[in-house]
Amino acid sequence: MPSNRHIERYVAPIEETPVAAVDAVDETQKASSVWLDAWKDMRGRWLTWVCLVLIVVIVVVALVPGLFTGMNPAGSSCNLGKSLDPPSAGHPFGFNKQGCDVYTRILYGTRSSLIVGLVATVLATLIGAVIGAIAGYYGGWLDSVVSRLGDIFFAIPTVLGAIVVMQVVPWGRNAITLAITLAVFGWPQVARIMRGAVLSSKQADFVTASTALGVSRGRNLLRHVVPNSLAPVIVIATVSLGTFIVAEATLSFLGVGLPPETVSWGVDISDAQAVIRVAPNLLFYPAAALAVTVLSFLLLGDVVRDALDPKARARR
Amino acid sequence: MLWYIGRRLLQLIPVFFGATLLIYLMVFAMPGDPIAALFGDHPPAPAVIEQIRHEYHLDQPVIVQYLLWIGGVFKGDFGTTFTGQPVSAAMAQAFPITARLAVLALLFEGVIGILVGLWAGLRKGGILDNGALFVSLLLISVPTFVIGFVAQYLFGIKWHIIRTTVSSAAPWDELIVPALVLASVSLANILRLTRASVAENVGADFVRTATAKGLGRRRVIGVHILRNSLIPVVTYLGTDLGNLMVGAIVTEGIFNIHGVGGTVYRAVQTGDGPTVVSFVAIMVIIFMLANLLVDLLYAVLDPRIRYAK
Repeated sequence: MPSNRHIERYVAPIEETPVAAVDAVDETQKASSVWLDAWKDMRGRWLTWVCLVLIVVIVVVALVPGLFTGMNPAGSSCNLGKSLDPPSAGHPFGFNKQGCDVYTRILYGTRSSLIVGLVATVLATLIGAVIGAIAGYYGGWLDSVVSRLGDIFFAIPTVLGAIVVMQVVPWGRNAITLAITLAVFGWPQVARIMRGAVLSSKQADFVTASTALGVSRGRNLLRHVVPNSLAPVIVIATVSLGTFIVAEATLSFLGVGLPPETVSWGVDISDAQAVIRVAPNLLFYPAAALAVTVLSFLLLGDVVRDALDPKARARR
Repeated sequence: MLWYIGRRLLQLIPVFFGATLLIYLMVFAMPGDPIAALFGDHPPAPAVIEQIRHEYHLDQPVIVQYLLWIGGVFKGDFGTTFTGQPVSAAMAQAFPITARLAVLALLFEGVIGILVGLWAGLRKGGILDNGALFVSLLLISVPTFVIGFVAQYLFGIKWHIIRTTVSSAAPWDELIVPALVLASVSLANILRLTRASVAENVGADFVRTATAKGLGRRRVIGVHILRNSLIPVVTYLGTDLGNLMVGAIVTEGIFNIHGVGGTVYRAVQTGDGPTVVSFVAIMVIIFMLANLLVDLLYAVLDPRIRYAK
């Protein structure tokens, strides 16, 4: 048996040795990240796909409701002679009090709910994430001031605050004003979560390492701290989209949300109350549409939360 | 513990003034002259207007008016609505009714939510667990006012079990169904929180230790699992109070209950801005105080909070 003691080895000069060879990392393998791991976990669950398909359908309906119906939700397509008529061929959900096709109204109502939900969520998340990140990263007096400011807004329950604002600005009863109002009272929640995440990730070794390499504070925040603190913010954003949609419906029901002539689920549910004895189906369909939409986002939030939490992944 | 309470009270002060000022400023952004609105088509003599402006301090700068108002709040005087009734009197009339409704609702969500959540968490994956999860998801995704309509329709109109609206005296028994409606969303959330937290704690080391040293199952569940599982539930209760207040507006509106929420509901419907704002301001104050209480309760349940810096 030949001893391998004398086998000649070739060792490249150190300056020519690729780093990959030194620590035996497969350079061709795609770098794994929290997001990639989370996605790998998510795509194996049927719940993810149910939620995603539903959300895609809802978004398409909101963008082009005319694709699924030939009628108008209000005006010319309504026929008072058909007021409260039960479902018939081509009108699967029946007619409302004004004789408008309920199916069409639900399709067109998707847009207002989704616009309010999306705009409010995007605004609240942006404001909250920026403020939370600055407060958590820079600390000191800036943190104190910003956190107390957040506490003030946090002390006013979102819908209560929105009731007052919408009461005060009757000229602003439209989807965008409503969304901005909801975001104004909703951002502190995101800010608190972001601040907490930034506080823990700014002490991570990779941040110290990049500081040691001479990366500036601001660049460190943007390149390393923020991306590593976003996970809980994404989860809360998905969940709050659902709650903002419910808030819009509640405010519309109270009469301080979208104006009564708007085609929206909240307005339709509110109108259905008056005729609930004769036509309970008028309550059921918009409420079901709302519930399915809210549920899709809530459950997606749950799935994302589970996927981003290695402990939860291990438990399953 | 005393030190903790003191610190929390100090933290509350800026938030209290900030939040009340914010709401007060919103009233001021309200368009239109309130006095003109008071008299309608027949404006009184300028001297009378001056007199009223002076009486309501409308001739002073906003910040002075705010300080006067907040000074009154500390003396229990929340000002006068523009219809002449003191806000505190309207509040005193409405408050006991809402208090009864809230007590019932909290009882329902606490008892049913925690018990079913505990049961579901202990038997994770069972029929009851899956059933409870499904029902709670349904309750969370459907807005309170829809649940209210459905309850009113089923119990009141279809089965004639309850009156569709609550009488003005609002006795306890008439408030049961409205309280269930009010509690529904929070009940579902508490159930899910308790379930998740119990399911996590069942496998915890301290539970194994408790079982290993020979404690009975009843004691292990009641003292070791439940107390530790309740911590997230108590945290939730704080933010949940805000939902309950909005829920009270909706529920009391639907069942025509003459409580705090019902007053706000009717004021919103009739566009009575001042009443809306003063009542919401009081609700926010209650919300802040209740949150302080929840924080203290949290510190009692979890000693780690008390001793943290």
